[in-house]
Amino acid sequence: MDYTASEMMTISAARALKNDDVCFVGIGQPSAAANLARLTHAPGVTLIYESGTIGTKPDVLPLSIGDGELAETAVTVVPVPEMFRYWLQGGRISVGFLGAAQLDKFGNINTTVIGPYDKPKVRLPGGGGAPEIASSCGEVFLIMAQSKRGLVDRIDFCTSLGHGPGAGTREKLGLTTKGPSLLVTDLCIMKPDPVTKEFTVVSIHPGVSRDKITGNTGWPVRFAAHVEETPPPTKGELEALRALHERTARAHGGNA
Amino acid sequence: MATAQIMSLREAVAAYVKDGDSIAMEGFTHLIPFAAGHEIIRQKRRRLTIIRMTPDLIYDQLIGMGCADKLVFSWGGNPGVGSLYRLRDAVENGWPHALQIEEHSHAAMANAYEAGAAGLPFAVFRGYVGTDLPKVNSNIKPLKCPFTGEELAAVPSLRPDVAIIHAQKADRAGNVLIEGIVGVQKEAVLAARRAIVTVEEVVESLQGVSPNACILPNWTVSAVAEVPGGAHPSYAHGYYQRDNAFYKAWDEIARERDSFTAWMDDNVMRSGPEAFAARGKAQGKRKAG
Repeated sequence: MDYTASEMMTISAARALKNDDVCFVGIGQPSAAANLARLTHAPGVTLIYESGTIGTKPDVLPLSIGDGELAETAVTVVPVPEMFRYWLQGGRISVGFLGAAQLDKFGNINTTVIGPYDKPKVRLPGGGGAPEIASSCGEVFLIMAQSKRGLVDRIDFCTSLGHGPGAGTREKLGLTTKGPSLLVTDLCIMKPDPVTKEFTVVSIHPGVSRDKITGNTGWPVRFAAHVEETPPPTKGELEALRALHERTARAHGGNA
Repeated sequence: MATAQIMSLREAVAAYVKDGDSIAMEGFTHLIPFAAGHEIIRQKRRRLTIIRMTPDLIYDQLIGMGCADKLVFSWGGNPGVGSLYRLRDAVENGWPHALQIEEHSHAAMANAYEAGAAGLPFAVFRGYVGTDLPKVNSNIKPLKCPFTGEELAAVPSLRPDVAIIHAQKADRAGNVLIEGIVGVQKEAVLAARRAIVTVEEVVESLQGVSPNACILPNWTVSAVAEVPGGAHPSYAHGYYQRDNAFYKAWDEIARERDSFTAWMDDNVMRSGPEAFAARGKAQGKRKAG
């Protein structure tokens, strides 16, 4: 079956979630990937949205993190202060699944401003739940389309901590969580180098050249010694993803 | 303590929202008090400090109409759609006038409301680790745990002059029932000096709901106003769905100053709380399954 680069991205991100994970889900691409995992290989995965919905099983993708669909299909709905205090800060979430506007090679995230904070060129939405998702979840998966504008050498503002300026930063700050352990884009999969923590290409999606990856990364991107080819989407994965998007578009009265 | 008076939304805003107040209009995606926001705009309140975790369309509207001098927030976008253009225009270009911002994370604001409700001067939590927000917000301070030495973050508690929320039901005595995603509404009301609640309906009694249901007793609320549909284009669990198509349409409406002003004129300035009933009804309930 033919597929798009965006479908490849969502599907390879979905594959990273395990059946026994408890996942704090960001809106947008992370939400599509997390729900695809639940609808395919990980039916037991617990999905949590910051609106307070725990163990939710939406039939369509929510447009916001608090759509009614999420509450109606949840195991339980808790107040937002409880969500952040007991469940996130309490250490009960294994994976935080996030997107980013700007990301650097150590997985530090900017979703606050492009340009100086006091006189921004572009004012972005801000941190929301992400600063504490990035520090309190067992590990963090990142998903975003690859471009030089997104994957930059220096982020303008550190909204959420990845590995800071490099290996050892999180430990020095007293964090015991792993931080970003996976970056899935529409071109490849990157993981932090075990020693330096710099994101390194470990798997390339079918038909994508190394030049294309280099040309769409804002830092001199490194490739692991052994780079794999990402297995293409299966028929089952593609059908599940497309059906999910179709249901979502119908429900939201337009393109989802 | 005085108990809640049931009154019209016009009367409630006139009585309890003053120029220069700090106000928290909460509702986490769900139950956003849009009708009350529109009433504040119509009554031309000025110099407000507006507090909300997710400013959403409601604060985009208040900011664009010049009601606010300061915004305290943690995520300022149109969920799943993109930017809040009126918020951006105020921050980037000072239109219609300069807007001071105090920016936090969700965890900080949720903790700060809870601390406000608990009568504490500040909230403490494990947050902002390794991030730049403490560099641009002097209301975020490090605090050492006196027992373990761990460095934590402290933020001042939120104690708004007025909290404004929307809920499903109140009884005739003014006790308020909130169902579904309850967000930070209970904390915001208990942290505030005064509180206005709009409801989908006033019923004889709330008997029959679970003893653990989220209920605000009438003596924690100043005024209750019945405004069916009052959360539209947000939603009311059990009554009507979120108008996701409108959230998408807002992107076009709010992008330019002229189209924004024209929309506000037609749908807010020359309208009233009564208009919300039809807007909610048009959304209908979510179909089961």
